Amino acid sequence: MTTVSQAATDPHSWLRGQSRWSYFEIAFWVIALLPFYFFPTYLTLASQIAITALFAISVDLVLGYAGIITLGHAMFFGLGAYAAGLITKAGWGEPLTGLVFAGAFAALIGFLTSFIIVRVRHLALIMITLGLGFLTLELANAMSWLTGGADGLRGVDVWPIFGWFEFDLWGYTAYSYSLIVLFLGVVAARRIVHSAFGLSLRGVRENLTRMPAIGSPYRFHLQKIYTISAALAGVAGALLTQTTETVSLETLSFQRSADIVVMLILGGTGRLYGGIIGAIIFMVARDQLSGMNPQYWYFWIGLLLMAVILVMPNGILGGLSRLAGRRS
Amino acid sequence: MPGEDIVLRTEALQKSFGSLEVARSVSIELPRGARHALIGPNGAGKTTLINLITGQIRPDSGKIFLEGRDVTQMDVAGRVRHGVTRTFQINELFPNLTPLEAVTLAVCEREDLAGQFWRPLTAQKAAIDEAFDILTQLQLADVATRPTRTLSYGQKRLMEIALALATRPKVLLLDEPAAGVPKDESAMLFSVIAALPADMSVLFIEHDMSLVFKFSSQIVVLVGGGVLLQAEPDVVRRDPRVREVYLGQAGYV
Amino acid sequence: MVGNLVIVIFDGLAFGMLLFVLSVGLSVTLGLMNFVNLAHGAFAMLGGYLAIVAMRQLGLPFLAALPVAFLGAALISVLFERALFRRLYRADALNQVLFTIGLVFVAAASAAYLFGTGQQPIQLPGYLQGVVEIGGMRFGVYRMFLIVVALAITVLLVLGLDYTRFGAQVRASVDNQRAAQGLGLNVDTIFAVTFAVGSGLAGLGGALAIEMVGLDPSFGFHYLVYVLIVVSVGGLGSIAGSFVAAVVLGVCDVAGKYFVPEIGSFLIYLLLVGILFVRPQGLFGKR
Repeated sequence: MTTVSQAATDPHSWLRGQSRWSYFEIAFWVIALLPFYFFPTYLTLASQIAITALFAISVDLVLGYAGIITLGHAMFFGLGAYAAGLITKAGWGEPLTGLVFAGAFAALIGFLTSFIIVRVRHLALIMITLGLGFLTLELANAMSWLTGGADGLRGVDVWPIFGWFEFDLWGYTAYSYSLIVLFLGVVAARRIVHSAFGLSLRGVRENLTRMPAIGSPYRFHLQKIYTISAALAGVAGALLTQTTETVSLETLSFQRSADIVVMLILGGTGRLYGGIIGAIIFMVARDQLSGMNPQYWYFWIGLLLMAVILVMPNGILGGLSRLAGRRS
Repeated sequence: MPGEDIVLRTEALQKSFGSLEVARSVSIELPRGARHALIGPNGAGKTTLINLITGQIRPDSGKIFLEGRDVTQMDVAGRVRHGVTRTFQINELFPNLTPLEAVTLAVCEREDLAGQFWRPLTAQKAAIDEAFDILTQLQLADVATRPTRTLSYGQKRLMEIALALATRPKVLLLDEPAAGVPKDESAMLFSVIAALPADMSVLFIEHDMSLVFKFSSQIVVLVGGGVLLQAEPDVVRRDPRVREVYLGQAGYV
Repeated sequence: MVGNLVIVIFDGLAFGMLLFVLSVGLSVTLGLMNFVNLAHGAFAMLGGYLAIVAMRQLGLPFLAALPVAFLGAALISVLFERALFRRLYRADALNQVLFTIGLVFVAAASAAYLFGTGQQPIQLPGYLQGVVEIGGMRFGVYRMFLIVVALAITVLLVLGLDYTRFGAQVRASVDNQRAAQGLGLNVDTIFAVTFAVGSGLAGLGGALAIEMVGLDPSFGFHYLVYVLIVVSVGGLGSIAGSFVAAVVLGVCDVAGKYFVPEIGSFLIYLLLVGILFVRPQGLFGKR
């Protein structure tokens, strides 16, 4: 590639090139508009995918960029979902402030739990995230007076966006709303990833031993990204509440935590769009195969997961970019 | 020696792993601008001493002073921020970062810019310039934008030093900087070390005695976890005990 | 009330013993290779189904089906280890976790395909059924049997590790793999054998579990969480740690569900997070 020799003379332009919007990204967002015109019957699904993709990005920030393995991130998704539902039950149904409220609440819990998260590694880390996830689920189940328990939260009433755009039956508003929030989430995540802070996160992932040796207070970095990620996951959960007007315990489940990691791995970690691609593939396939017994659906997911890890450790996007790199 | 400007001083550092004493009452002094070598047979506790000074290991007893200030309780990152930095005998680099990114990261950490998540990295112009200067100084500018894992082994050893320099150390501890590097390249590596700023104190572990004698102003001889001798190269060269436990045994001289 | 307490502790102890048999293999292999094998629960489930097949299709008695479960799980697990898992020893923990979760998915779906999604009934021999009444309290015979079997396994494991040549090799490898390799030990083989024994024990646990907690395709997942709690709380590579953790978890779980059913499972997870917060390396772990 010719860029290398140029960069040797100018490090600034090389770094700028690293964070520039690529044609693939622009093309992706154009394609994201297609469902409005070509698949109007699938707008509800498209909205769910956008929400899941936002959740996947929040997980990618901690798992893909900072290397924190989490099997309990649904806890923040669910907390956001319940927060957004409960605020409408308290009489405030304005969606945008609802999103902010849910994100802030999830961020608060994320900040508090981050003190535990940064203390542990490896199996203990997996177990702590798993344990906190189950803890939250059991708590929500036990507090049925507040959450509705296994029946879910009923009577969520969300006002129209800007007092004008009502959530319609076909999902026009839902998809527009989710897509815009997803886009803003991607812009924010990009900004974080391409900052000095984002670089320090990659440093943590690449070599934890070296970070203190260059004077890095890396635990603060980890706490910060964990809190940011929790906020983003909370916003995704709130979107689900607002677009479906219900909240169920499933939003907090281990299944959701595991599924999101699976999607991320399929798509490729540490590249933001990996989670989005993974979410699209996973959810479209599940929708198309919905007639299938869920047991068998997981047979294929399991097989795919094993194959991806053995053959394409960097996920589908990682594999594609390697192929593209080889060609050029 | 009175009047001399001592930057780093250890006082009776003691450390045992079980029944094995790896540091026995180690007291050494490093003046400003020193080029001291740390030698000793395998298992003498050289790397352990570096680990103690940088905080990877806590001593059982004893103290470490940096410019007169007790840093014994400080963690690794804290000591780096106060000016004690090390390199590693086995590369501890960031394989998928480019040298430019890695050194910029180290500069940003030093300047407390690494927590800024809203400003683009490209806006940290001073840090990027400084990183590129360090890489240029170490002849790594040509490979500055290639992933570190694709660098040659010798270049990776230089990256170890580049990352350490980015912290602007007062005391630089080099754990076998030329480990595994062919002999002709290791001389080049040491010329880089010799060209480091004059006010930086350097303590390096090295096995090649010709390099030690050539580049060190003083030599600390460590045997069985304790300091046998700290003296000028000529004194060390003539000392019969050193010949016996180290030089003679290893077949040098 | 005291009677209830005794029975709860007895039941908890039996459940804890079951958890110990299910978990101890994973603890040792994790300590040995640092390989996070979430498919351990799937090997337990495999043992359970093998026991069912041995009894139904081959007409073996229950006690003869137990060794079948052990050997079958050991054999099949070591095939997986040689063919697949060993490729991931150097991979990061996340890839290990996801690969083995993938295997759990596949195992659960296969079990559902072959045996249906329902619970598998099992016919115990007469002498393992019923209860013994002591001082007005009724103790299940099968639970007593479970406790005895688990204690016997514990003794065998401890003796085997402490007094046999192979045990010494395993301990050396857990302690410091590089040093063990340097001493000329074949860590590869040691690991394969340990892996087989550990998974075999899980398979045995799966067979023993049918009567007490039932067996269905979700077994691998459901008990995985318990197994992981035992392993992480007990500390990697520690048999004593697994034993204590399993007993504590078993008693707390049964007691919690009996006395405070609304928040019983909540307490278990609180305990897990609390212990790991204070001691990330587990109660008996060194690292």
